[in-house]
Amino acid sequence: MRNIKYLIMGTLFGVILYKSEVISWFRIQEMFRFQALHMYGVIGSAVLVGALSIYLIKKFNVKSLNGELIEIPNKIVHHGNWIGGILFGMGWALTGACPGPLYTHLGAGSSVMIVALFSALLGTWVYSYYRPKLPH
Amino acid sequence: MLEYISQPWPWYVAGPLIGLMIPMLFIFGNKLFGISSSLRHVCAAIAPANIPFLKYNWQAESWNLFFVAGIVLGGFVAAHWFPNPETVAIASETSSELQALGITEQSGLLPSQIFNWSSLFTLPGFFIIIVGGFLVGFGARYAGGCTSGHAIMGVSGLQRASFVAVAAFFAGGLFITHAVYPLLF
Repeated sequence: MRNIKYLIMGTLFGVILYKSEVISWFRIQEMFRFQALHMYGVIGSAVLVGALSIYLIKKFNVKSLNGELIEIPNKIVHHGNWIGGILFGMGWALTGACPGPLYTHLGAGSSVMIVALFSALLGTWVYSYYRPKLPH
Repeated sequence: MLEYISQPWPWYVAGPLIGLMIPMLFIFGNKLFGISSSLRHVCAAIAPANIPFLKYNWQAESWNLFFVAGIVLGGFVAAHWFPNPETVAIASETSSELQALGITEQSGLLPSQIFNWSSLFTLPGFFIIIVGGFLVGFGARYAGGCTSGHAIMGVSGLQRASFVAVAAFFAGGLFITHAVYPLLF
């Protein structure tokens, strides 16, 4: 099945999120208090590697394994980037988790986080409902 | 070997590995790295109602649902076979400030005094878990991405939308941490 490879890559990502302690509420508090390098180091070095990869992919017109040319679309700039961004940041500081960590918590056994995940699904649904009326 | 990888991974190991998820997804499937869209796909799959934003071919994005199912599996695998030590070694200032807020139990990934089933019926617990979770889901979709989609993928791709989003993430997070937490606890 074609999609098994994504299950495997997701598993790797979940392991990394857990082992790096990025899913720790305490680490996120450290980050928002500017009292440790850890989270900045994770995100910063991820961006360096990611940026280099994107640069090389574009420069050498790298193709995916099934022969498609890799194209990276530009993200649309709109008011949601900052309005939604602020709301997301608030949620991140409250739960100590963004979506990736929420999923990781389920696997790692932090059972009450399933409530946070359901709430996040509800939040996405409510956004979808009100989207035509929200400023973009 | 198992003991070595049972230690928490330093940022300079974890960060680059996370960064490598970007080319890995491109090369293996020509997919954009991002997590929060999975929340939209789940909504579209189970409750699209008459909402235009949820009426799209979510099945074409099912790779993302397999990916996040994998994240759950990864959390399980890591926590059961090479778990981190019980307490995260956070900065002593953070530890003291949290203690001053009443968060004295600092072992584990989450403060057990807040993240438990009975605290959902208290105001701080409800606010943190339910309102917090809601804001993550609402805000990420409104912003067009979360930490993975914007802070990592978008910033790596020098996307203006993502630089704006990351600044906003921090504005929101700092507001909660410095203005709201002292009042909440």
